[in-house]
Amino acid sequence: MQMPEPDASILAAKPRVVARLRAALPGDAVIDAPEELRAYECDALTAYTCPPLAVTLPASTDEVSAILRICHDEGVPVVPRGSGTSLAGGALPTADSVILGVARLTEVLETDYADRIIRVQTGRTNLSVTGAVEDEGFFYAPDPSSQLACAIAGNIAMNSGGAHCLKYGVTTNNLLGVTMVLMDGTVVEIGGAHLDAPGYDWLGLICGSEGMLGVVTDATLRILPKPEGARPVLMGFDSSEVAGAAVSDIIKAGVLPVAIEFMDRPCIRATEDFAGAGYPDCEALLIVEVEGSEAEIDHQLGLIKQIARRHDPVDLREAADEDEAARIWKGRKSAFGAMGQIGDYMCLDGTIPVSSLPFVLRRIGEMSAEFGLDVANVFHAGDGNMHPLILFDANTPGQLETCEALGAEILKLCVEAGGCLTGEHGVGVEKRDLMGHQFAPEDMEAQMRVKDVFDPAWLLNPSKVFPLTVSAPRRERRAAAA
Amino acid sequence: MLAPASEAEMAEAVAAATGPLRVTGGGTRGLGAGGAAAVSTGGLRGVELYEPGALTIVVRAGTPVAEVEEALAAEGQRLPFEPMDHRALTGAEGVPTIGGVVAANASGPRRVQAGACRDSLIGVRFVDGTGTVVKNGGRVMKNVTGFDLVKLMAGSWGTLGVLTEVAFKVLPAPAASATLEIGGLEPGRAVVALSAALGSPYEVSAAAHLTEAGRTLVRIEGFEEQVAYRAERLADLLGRFGAVSVDREGVAATWADVRDAAPLAGRPGDVWRVSVRPTDGPRAWAALGEPPAVIDWGGGLIWALLPEGTDARAALAGLPGHATLVRASAAVRARLGTFHPEAPTLARLAAELRAKFDPRGILNPGLMER
Repeated sequence: MQMPEPDASILAAKPRVVARLRAALPGDAVIDAPEELRAYECDALTAYTCPPLAVTLPASTDEVSAILRICHDEGVPVVPRGSGTSLAGGALPTADSVILGVARLTEVLETDYADRIIRVQTGRTNLSVTGAVEDEGFFYAPDPSSQLACAIAGNIAMNSGGAHCLKYGVTTNNLLGVTMVLMDGTVVEIGGAHLDAPGYDWLGLICGSEGMLGVVTDATLRILPKPEGARPVLMGFDSSEVAGAAVSDIIKAGVLPVAIEFMDRPCIRATEDFAGAGYPDCEALLIVEVEGSEAEIDHQLGLIKQIARRHDPVDLREAADEDEAARIWKGRKSAFGAMGQIGDYMCLDGTIPVSSLPFVLRRIGEMSAEFGLDVANVFHAGDGNMHPLILFDANTPGQLETCEALGAEILKLCVEAGGCLTGEHGVGVEKRDLMGHQFAPEDMEAQMRVKDVFDPAWLLNPSKVFPLTVSAPRRERRAAAA
Repeated sequence: MLAPASEAEMAEAVAAATGPLRVTGGGTRGLGAGGAAAVSTGGLRGVELYEPGALTIVVRAGTPVAEVEEALAAEGQRLPFEPMDHRALTGAEGVPTIGGVVAANASGPRRVQAGACRDSLIGVRFVDGTGTVVKNGGRVMKNVTGFDLVKLMAGSWGTLGVLTEVAFKVLPAPAASATLEIGGLEPGRAVVALSAALGSPYEVSAAAHLTEAGRTLVRIEGFEEQVAYRAERLADLLGRFGAVSVDREGVAATWADVRDAAPLAGRPGDVWRVSVRPTDGPRAWAALGEPPAVIDWGGGLIWALLPEGTDARAALAGLPGHATLVRASAAVRARLGTFHPEAPTLARLAAELRAKFDPRGILNPGLMER
């Protein structure tokens, strides 16, 4: 993975740029000391680091606008940052860029239970949005694994998902309005508490645009009444194919579980060693959760167990109480931590059609053997969003490169199977150079035209999403103009 | 009328066009730009791929909606967003197509639970104004690869490209359903009741109020046992608003009428579609002069029948939201405009975006601009 060479003229202009930012912002809102910039040199994709030119931490939409106006005027690239939990390098800076972090924008601006909305500043964490409404019996549905730390700004930028999207959708399905600042500092209001906005679907376009179209400073989100209850059932199978078939049959039967999670043997073993959730020793395991009243849950789980039994499960257990439910989820929720105990890992995020599950899992097993690196699979099976975890040792020279090569092959496999490179993490820099496997040049051209409209100078997070060679003419036009 | 039989022919037809094109599906939504040569998606027909076990269907844009719904029903599934049929309202006689549904982002009462058309749409292929075929999204329901042009195409009324193929996430059709009804509420009180129902954990899938009939309606769907249980709980919850009756027989017909704004069909006057914050619904209705109306989406969507030539937007000034003129004479349309004006910055972005996707300005010129 490469990043463009920093623009020497911007590096040279640092004192002036920082002085202008300081003049426009409160004293502690601009960071430019090298030792402090280190904290912003990467996000959760820690394999790549680069300290930015400066960091700004605005506390209002007006301050965001001021920062963007100055950077626009100076021709300095801006990299927006939520909480820095991106696994795709969405917030990775370049040395000639200014980080715009929204961490100080954390207010709840409005809650309205009759209209079922909450309006928050986007530096607020995902989980604390639910925290603000749960006393009234409501919740915010998208629940990425990083929800304790990740910011709504990043959720919107990456169109984040989570374990419960099969029923509730992803961020874009739960976003009703935004205040967004364009690269030239213009503030726009889109949508609101009403269900749809006039004109083109700007919200749909902005959500998932990876901070390349504008900086969203506050968001109106849909909140939902909490279900009466939820209960998981765990089922083990002696092959991934059978587990895949069970997933398909459950969906076809008309039950819509709130989550269907899948783990394969390497992942089961690792989590057992780590968390001791009491999982069966089997090839593939499913956790299926349904919601409703006690009786509704009984009825749905009855149907699901009936289907499972047709596939000869090696284990089938329903949570009898809260404790057992927590134990069933414990292993799944600690899966990433468990893998981290074993060593370094890279987490992939491709989506495939559920029908291709057995084929793709078999091929991943074969590729893992070819490359000599173990791969564990844990993912949201109901929607086909896979998370193969490739284990490697970062201290062994060459292993990161081998891991990245295997990762690229697996993602290409996802595309060939009819799926896509990323289901919920985003392209960032991590999958940027694979875009050509999913999209023809004219498909990417159509997407880049959208950026041309919102950010004609290509200053906002310019080196993400599109392969550098593909975005080069546009980025270089900017550099030449400067 | 041009009706290319393949995507490649569609691309050729658009590339070869020397003047404006009126992009149409079945011509039932009543909003095409008149005068120009028509190019129809009617030749692009058929289900490309349907995987019930993956809850996904891929369809050519000119496929009749009924054909898509039949294919899904055969597997016990359905389009989640309950697209309306505009024919009752517009009096058009064509056959509604699935591409037209997407172009209009047509979404019915289940919008409050399952989202709009754009929320179920997971992939598109289209021909842009230069005759280039573009694809975006795909056939999987979780996909954040690249910018989301899928949603951009939904509700873009053929102004950015001619849709050739659309893919949806679908849902199982429930085994049972029921309508709960309270009579005699005025809209203000009705919307309070609808908010209470929508704020309950009983997964209300539609919530509407018919002003003339004074009917306040709530729908629940699910397994038989589930519907029975939820009907009972909701009847308890809503009891404070009046006597609650439960209907299990006429559910489909009741909600088809709400979906299509049937109470307003065939009557003189203009029909407006007003989108507001749900609890602002009653205030908006009053500001419009308490017209005959179908108030859907828990108060957030008002279909209003207004005396010919009424400027609904002027009447609603100050309320956040927007108003679309759905049925009116050409003269009224010319005077008031069909679409709600956007804020200046957004209008500028829209014009620039349009110029990028259709540099010659040939696709439904003028449409959506006012």
